[in-house]
Amino acid sequence: MAEIRLQNLAHSYSSQPQGATDYAIREMDHVWEQGGAYALLGPSGCGKSTLLNIISGLLSPSEGDVLFDTRKVNTLSPEQRNIAQVFQFPVVYDTMTVFDNLAFPLRNQGVAESRVASKVHEIAEVLDLHPLLKRKAHNLTADEKQKVSMGRGLVRDDVSAILFDEPLTVIDPHLKWKLRRKLKQIHEQFNITMIYVTHDQLEASTFADKIAVMYGGQIVQFGTPRELFERPQHTFVGYFVGSPGMNLIEVQAREGGVTFGDQHLPLPAALAEQLPGLAAKRLHIGIRPEFVQVSDEPGVGGMLAEAVRVEDLGTYKIITLRLQGHLIKARLPEDQAVPKYEAWVGFPAQWLMLYADDRLVEAQP
Amino acid sequence: MTKTHDNRAWWLVLPVFLLVAFSAILPMMTVVNYSVQDIFDSSTRFFVGADWYRQILNDPRLHDSLLRQFIFSGCVLLIEIPLGIAVALAMPTRGRWASACLIVMAIPLLIPWNVVGTIWQIFGRADIGLLGYSLRELGISYNYASNTRDAWLTVLVMDVWHWTSLVALLCYSGLRAIPDAYYQAARIDRASAWAVFRYIQLPKLKSVLLIAVMLRFMDSFMIYTEPFVLTGGGPGNATTFLSQTLTKMAVGQFDLGPAAAFSLIYFLIILLVSWLFYTAMTHSDQK
Repeated sequence: MAEIRLQNLAHSYSSQPQGATDYAIREMDHVWEQGGAYALLGPSGCGKSTLLNIISGLLSPSEGDVLFDTRKVNTLSPEQRNIAQVFQFPVVYDTMTVFDNLAFPLRNQGVAESRVASKVHEIAEVLDLHPLLKRKAHNLTADEKQKVSMGRGLVRDDVSAILFDEPLTVIDPHLKWKLRRKLKQIHEQFNITMIYVTHDQLEASTFADKIAVMYGGQIVQFGTPRELFERPQHTFVGYFVGSPGMNLIEVQAREGGVTFGDQHLPLPAALAEQLPGLAAKRLHIGIRPEFVQVSDEPGVGGMLAEAVRVEDLGTYKIITLRLQGHLIKARLPEDQAVPKYEAWVGFPAQWLMLYADDRLVEAQP
Repeated sequence: MTKTHDNRAWWLVLPVFLLVAFSAILPMMTVVNYSVQDIFDSSTRFFVGADWYRQILNDPRLHDSLLRQFIFSGCVLLIEIPLGIAVALAMPTRGRWASACLIVMAIPLLIPWNVVGTIWQIFGRADIGLLGYSLRELGISYNYASNTRDAWLTVLVMDVWHWTSLVALLCYSGLRAIPDAYYQAARIDRASAWAVFRYIQLPKLKSVLLIAVMLRFMDSFMIYTEPFVLTGGGPGNATTFLSQTLTKMAVGQFDLGPAAAFSLIYFLIILLVSWLFYTAMTHSDQK
């Protein structure tokens, strides 16, 4: 049990990194608190697995420190760090029975056989593996094997943390949900720090209390699923989280607001005040499709847009509109009439985000 | 849905059938033919039934060389399989040295078999061979031409030298196919090096080991050229294996009937033992 702290951590796979592009992990500071359920979310190749392997000790970071509580563990091996890790593809010891597989980490530590048996039965109970205990592991299905892999991580009660590296990739969709529930229950039951790597936002938000979104070797936002949705700190978070992602439009600052094409959009005073200081930066406005208002009437602050297409997803519709040459999406309730040719769209001020060089501009109080 | 029955598709099997017929079935039937008849020339032949088989099965020469053959193949497997695995485990996994090792390992496999026999024949001679000369200088009496034990040792060492590479290369490719995650999981589970070998590497090597065992069994059971060149089957009949006994009978004495019966028995033994190995190894963990 430990708090995991990353200090000025960076990692490069090349021995003499030249620039930022040589780094799989760019310098970061981060704290995973004891007992939390975390997700590490990001696209393929963003450095998630590298970061996970650094935490577990399979990789030693090229710069910076990894601390467990206050102990520096940079050079300690996974066995010394007391970490359990579950991999993307299930790893089972083929020739052993399920029971022996689960008992393996305990027996390697020299735990007494009576205690081994009670621990194995406890974990088999949690993971519904009881009927399989006497079977050879190589005859199991993929999801049963993955449960065994997880079980080997859970069976040790002294672990500092359990790390999951996209553990449900090979699992059937209907079982994914069940296994995620299982993990959540186990987390509640044992109060172990868990870090769950995934590229699936749904998986991340159902498992984790807090999600770290990684992009280009950095954690660009660390927050609850709700925070990621409502206030993305980085344009990438806006784009990656949510379905469809956030509408992002490149804009120029002008007269207390921003313009794109012929359209001038006034900004709330708290944001407008900061515009002069951002002159040299690339500006975007962002708004989630859920918050775009679409109507047949001009209304207040309405902007004329051309309807391009509609996708009906059953419980709601996604309408794509062309606004000053930019394609934007809006999510409409199923019962709202869909404008055929043109529509008036509005961006409510409270949901309108301003990004300078991809970072969120916070309104000054 | 109704199935369309069209027997014309059988014609597609014809080329393969013809190929197999000419390459395997017809030659084999010739042997069967010889094994049940006494043939003097194309018009003079007598059907003898199982006589040749009875004669061969009661032939002490066959018994002796069969026993020698089993001991030899057994020793070959017992030495080459573990040694091959050990060599494969010790080989570097990547980089320049890995390529260098692969090339070195492949060299013995590329040498023609009679040359292998010649190499060792010279190597073991006390007058001009490095091995024989060194042993003599060390005061160890060694003569593969007159001493049965030395002859056996030399034939065995020669086979190990010639063929362990094959086992090692097969195992090496098998080892490279094990995903890293297994080793990582083993580290996380705190498995010892022995446990990694016992529970990860060995099980994952099973399929290549099956191939290695079968190949080495069949090849060693049919060994002819190398001992023929090295010892000529001697001293006495000490290193005369089955194939050499058979050759003597068929080509030397021209006893085609008994030789044909011998060939078929020989063939059936290889088939049977290979089947036993295969079944034992593929069914060992069915449950």
